[in-house]
Amino acid sequence: MTDATGIPTRKPDGAGAHLIHVLRENPVTLLSFGMFAFFLLQAFFGAYLVPHDPLATNAANALQPPNWTHWFGTDNLGRDVFSRVVVATRLDLTISVLAVAISFVIGSVLGAVAGYWGGWIDAVLNRVLDTIMAFPLFVLAMGIVAALGNTVENIIYATALINIPFYARLVRAEVNIRREAGFALAARLSGNSHFRTLAFHIFPNALPPMMVQVSLNMGWAILNAAGLSFIGLGVRPPTPEWGIMVAEGANFIISGHWWVALFPGLWLMLAVFTFNLMGDGLRDIVDPRRRT
Amino acid sequence: MLSISDFAVSFRTRRGEVQAVRGISFDVAQGETLGIVGESGSGKSVTSYALMRILDAGGTIKAGSAVFDGRDLAQAAERDMQAIRGREISMIFQNPRAALNPICKVGHQLEDVLKRHGRATRADARAKAIAALEAVRIRDAAARYDAYPFELSGGMCQRVVFAIALACGPRLLIADEPTTGLDITTQKAVMDLVRDLTRERGMSSILITHDLGLAAEYCDRLAVMKDGRIVETGPAAALFADPQDPYTRKLVDATPRPGASLRDLLPIEARTPLADHAPGDRALVQVRDLVKTYPGKSGPVHAVKGISFTIREGQSVGLVGESGCGKSTTSSMLVRLLDRTSGDILFDGFDIADIPADRFVRDKRRSQIQMVFQDATDSLNPRHSARQTIADPILRMSALRGAALQTRIEELATLCGLPLPLLDRFPHQLSGGQKARVGIARAIALDPKFLILDEPTAALDVSIQAVVLNLLADLRARLGMTYLFVSHDLNVVRLLCDHVIVMQGGEIVEQGPTAQVMDTPSHPYTRTLLAAAPKPPTTKTNETDTAAKSAAE
Repeated sequence: MTDATGIPTRKPDGAGAHLIHVLRENPVTLLSFGMFAFFLLQAFFGAYLVPHDPLATNAANALQPPNWTHWFGTDNLGRDVFSRVVVATRLDLTISVLAVAISFVIGSVLGAVAGYWGGWIDAVLNRVLDTIMAFPLFVLAMGIVAALGNTVENIIYATALINIPFYARLVRAEVNIRREAGFALAARLSGNSHFRTLAFHIFPNALPPMMVQVSLNMGWAILNAAGLSFIGLGVRPPTPEWGIMVAEGANFIISGHWWVALFPGLWLMLAVFTFNLMGDGLRDIVDPRRRT
Repeated sequence: MLSISDFAVSFRTRRGEVQAVRGISFDVAQGETLGIVGESGSGKSVTSYALMRILDAGGTIKAGSAVFDGRDLAQAAERDMQAIRGREISMIFQNPRAALNPICKVGHQLEDVLKRHGRATRADARAKAIAALEAVRIRDAAARYDAYPFELSGGMCQRVVFAIALACGPRLLIADEPTTGLDITTQKAVMDLVRDLTRERGMSSILITHDLGLAAEYCDRLAVMKDGRIVETGPAAALFADPQDPYTRKLVDATPRPGASLRDLLPIEARTPLADHAPGDRALVQVRDLVKTYPGKSGPVHAVKGISFTIREGQSVGLVGESGCGKSTTSSMLVRLLDRTSGDILFDGFDIADIPADRFVRDKRRSQIQMVFQDATDSLNPRHSARQTIADPILRMSALRGAALQTRIEELATLCGLPLPLLDRFPHQLSGGQKARVGIARAIALDPKFLILDEPTAALDVSIQAVVLNLLADLRARLGMTYLFVSHDLNVVRLLCDHVIVMQGGEIVEQGPTAQVMDTPSHPYTRTLLAAAPKPPTTKTNETDTAAKSAAE
């Protein structure tokens, strides 16, 4: 649009315009961001908006099918399934966001160091990661929670640990291919130390593929937390949590009370689905090259 | 044989429709070589992709016809195109290594094409493939049949691509920048081969290139493209001698050639007198017995084998050689990104080779030795705006902050001819020439004494190259910098440098004043290099200049 010395004929997009463009360009991204907003709303305000107390039991009202008072029916103790499903969002999202944040930070540091310096650091780190990945990850998480005690913090740590290798590997590869790139050498000539070159020049360029990994991992983390609760190693009843609710409800499916397990399972599925769909959109948003 | 009329191609993009080719018409006769010359973005490659109907998604042929042998390629069905591609019209791409499948033996790739078009059966495919490799003068073709692309040199890969293109005896060959990225002697070998074989077989060909000199040497007729239009068509020599269109004139002027000065490359109105620069007598950089050896899997690799040279203050030294000659290794050691194996690098009398590259960042001489990188795109951080890029060295190595910093950045941008509104753009929003300016502004941000230029114009269009070379000459005069200009292009080195060092195989084979090395080369390798450079036909301006000069004398 310009010649060698000419003044540009148009201004580049700002961040807001870019976000709108990404959302308009891809309806799937728009849908996933809309659903994410829906879940965030539940996480922040769900507890104040639900029609019933999620913990209030009422034996007389047990195992009611979905109706106008109890939209998703009631469970075996007469608790409102809808209220419990909505209130559980906050806990499940907290676990997954924190777990992913921890594995993102630790994985990035390890991977960046290994990818930049290589040599024995790289070799040692790779073998450690191989070891972690050699375990069936869910079993490893079970072991950690069983050993440390099943509190919410320990579920977060366990979920974070099993996700570290994915970040470390990705960052290592992304950093490694840029280690000898012209802009990294130029940064060294500009007086940046190795640390600054890595942290402020090379690492930010690894962000776009990382965003895809983050969104996929959020889905896994939710499933993992729910899975641990499902087998009784996670959050304890009566706290509302999707995994326990599915576990408890599973006992009643045979007797025809499908709604007790179905609705928390549906919410779990929708959350994982949302995160998986968000990946591409997130990547497009953090990639400056997508702004034209 | 091929007749194109009112051909138009457009792409759907985020900002609406972009017209890449806006109604061009040309003919290619049987046995003729047509050169399509233009700078990046002129639509020359898009034209060839559209002819082969291999446009990217979003690209469509909007109008016009391309009649090849009675069939309109613009309208032909995909099934018919599959038969035409490779058999009737074939194409050679810019990067031969990318055009070959990296995990497939080259012989198999050739066989594949032969079988696909029914030119060979399972039984005779191997023999035919080897014959095809022999046809492009690959020595020991039977052994090369089993080679993978990574085992072959760039020139050899391009020969294989050419063999594949010729395998089915097409009648039209489209070569899209076939020698970009190849060494100058390899370029000559490949282009000679293409010319000989197409002539031998009576084929027509279209050579798409940005290099006017190359096109003039190998084409019968040239078509100059700009912004999707053909601005001028004519026989190569005539076009060069007397360009009619102002754009052709500009391109012809900008092509480096013997006898032209730096300012001759610019349009006439921009030819301000060049400031004098006289190298001082004091030695700024002295290199003594510099050696770099890499440990290799099959024994040590001697990249640089004990070279010595001196660069005086204010001097511009050209370091010339082909890929693998050690010139990049040498410049990396000089700029202190790489540790030497042995030898001294005296900078201002102090041996900087003793400071490990890892620690040189904190040395006070860091800001005095800077570098402009070869690939302007690769050397700019994609996440940093031009302003951040230029600010980086200043923030790291000086105390300048706040308003003073912004003033300095704007001063540097102005010095390098970068319009100030562009400072807040990201690299992908800048053109090649603008990116080069950002790279230069960053390198000179701290007033370095010694600037290493690693093929700074290799990735640029000729007209931008002309501007950048002149910018470098102006900066040298204004800031009194000393240059080491690393390049493979002798015509460019001749323009900018006082002294030339020719390297081959890690050794210096010849060095001396530019005029002496260029006009009376003593080493056979220098003579080979000079002979391989494309020689543009003389232009009218040149002749008049020479006439004026001789008249003055």
